[in-house]
Amino acid sequence: MSKFEFPRSIKSRPVYGTLEARPGKHHLMIADAEGAEAIMAIATPELMANTHIIYIPRGTDYADKLRALNPAQFYEGPSYAASVTRIQRVLQDAHMGLQIYLTGTEGLMGQAQNEAMQAGYPFSAIQTEHRGSVARRMQCVHCKGITEDVEIDPFVCSHCGLNLFVRDHYSRRLAAYQGVCIDAEDPGNVPPSKGIYE
Amino acid sequence: MTIQFNDETFRDDYTFRNSDWAINRFPFPFHEDSYMYAVNMEQHRGGPEGSVYEKRFDVDEHYVAEMRDRAMVLADDPLRCQSLPHMTLAGWDLLELIMVSKSEDYPDLFELHREGDQWRWVNKPLGIDDSFTFMDETTLPYGPMEYITRQTQGDFCVLDQREDNLWMDAGIVTTQADWSLDFDIGMNFFEWHAPVPLAHEKGIFVRALKFLLNIQQGAPARRLNWTMTVNPLLDTSPENYHKWGVQKTTLTPENIGQKQHLRVELQTFFRLPRSNALVFPIRCYLCSFQDLMTKPKWGRRLHRVIRDLPEELATYKGFIDNRPMMLDYLSQFDDGLPTSPGVFPDVETEPPLQK
Repeated sequence: MSKFEFPRSIKSRPVYGTLEARPGKHHLMIADAEGAEAIMAIATPELMANTHIIYIPRGTDYADKLRALNPAQFYEGPSYAASVTRIQRVLQDAHMGLQIYLTGTEGLMGQAQNEAMQAGYPFSAIQTEHRGSVARRMQCVHCKGITEDVEIDPFVCSHCGLNLFVRDHYSRRLAAYQGVCIDAEDPGNVPPSKGIYE
Repeated sequence: MTIQFNDETFRDDYTFRNSDWAINRFPFPFHEDSYMYAVNMEQHRGGPEGSVYEKRFDVDEHYVAEMRDRAMVLADDPLRCQSLPHMTLAGWDLLELIMVSKSEDYPDLFELHREGDQWRWVNKPLGIDDSFTFMDETTLPYGPMEYITRQTQGDFCVLDQREDNLWMDAGIVTTQADWSLDFDIGMNFFEWHAPVPLAHEKGIFVRALKFLLNIQQGAPARRLNWTMTVNPLLDTSPENYHKWGVQKTTLTPENIGQKQHLRVELQTFFRLPRSNALVFPIRCYLCSFQDLMTKPKWGRRLHRVIRDLPEELATYKGFIDNRPMMLDYLSQFDDGLPTSPGVFPDVETEPPLQK
């Protein structure tokens, strides 16, 4: 699958790169869905011998392919929420020389990056590569509820039900973009939704 | 002079009013007949007697009512005041700066008595007389930043300085021009300004950051910013935008003079001694169009600035839809005469309206 080119945007919006194998004693790779392809693109037997993969398939069938790479440790989780305590535990144990690779959806990368930062890793030292869905993790600025996997703009807040437009303003601390009421000045006047990048 | 504190509201029935004294000292932000973003920084070392620039932390007739409004905002939404764990020392720095400044600048209103780390703070307008141990959080009812900024007009951002950048790591934000502390906390200088149009391309933020990183203790700086607000609503927060946004549609040609307010921020910047943090108070002043129009120079100038403002800025500042109605109103106060340079109204020398 070809990679999506995000349009240029404002300075709080994250930019993602392309994973590369970097020298390190240990490698932690956290991925969801099509992120598996980015891992396969850099996998070598030497790299995998010191790699821990945490993978959330989200309905895809890449898990066996990743397992076949023979990583030192492999975990397949049913959801990010189910995997997060494991991620925290692994980061707590991490030593100098650990390389962190995040790949897949923006929501996965943002949340895992946040965990790594809370464990003391500067975000600039963490590699990321976007793959798969361009859906966003959105915070409603009004009720503070997070809606996962938002693909359309405007969308309805899954917590308070307000009609929100999708901003590019992004908080690393929340691992979320900001959603703001679109019809505050003209209640009920909500334009038809379309894809975020359409 | 002794300040007479107004009993007034910034919500619901909006009884907020500016006295003649407050109109005369309103910090009109336009020094010429046009506006474009600029760093426009100057030293914050006093100013004309009676002006809002004179004291380090200006106290005016709205003080008591503004503090009451802040308490209501915080009761509704405690997330408007946040401090990341490493910012407590900066909070004490800020408490000291404000207590020392206010007790020196307004000795009839505020008193600070210090005996080693045993401090007594008296705030007469708010009826507070508290004794506490400096640097011991358990002796105050709130954290040090929240304690003192519940007693000081204006929003406060406390910025940590590291990696050649400033980080929005603490603040109290209840009188903001539509930005969310809860969302922006933890961001660096470029990130929290990301949504501002045009200014990045003009290199404004790179230059401003360079200036701010070099602010020294005892040498604070200041600048003005501005926007527009319908009704004298202090809490124009994104959090509550779905409630107040609709008020923008209540303007009519009949009520615009009374309802439309120019909202000016006096932004100041102080280096804090122990933490090396930078505190960034953002003090909001509101003035209705009809009160501004009592100064012929301000009437002429405001019309020209709003008329010629680039569309992006009018959109970002949230008044693009109301601009035509504003211009209909303001044009009545522009007779085409030239205006004197500078922000002050110059009522002695500027001619009265010629139409």
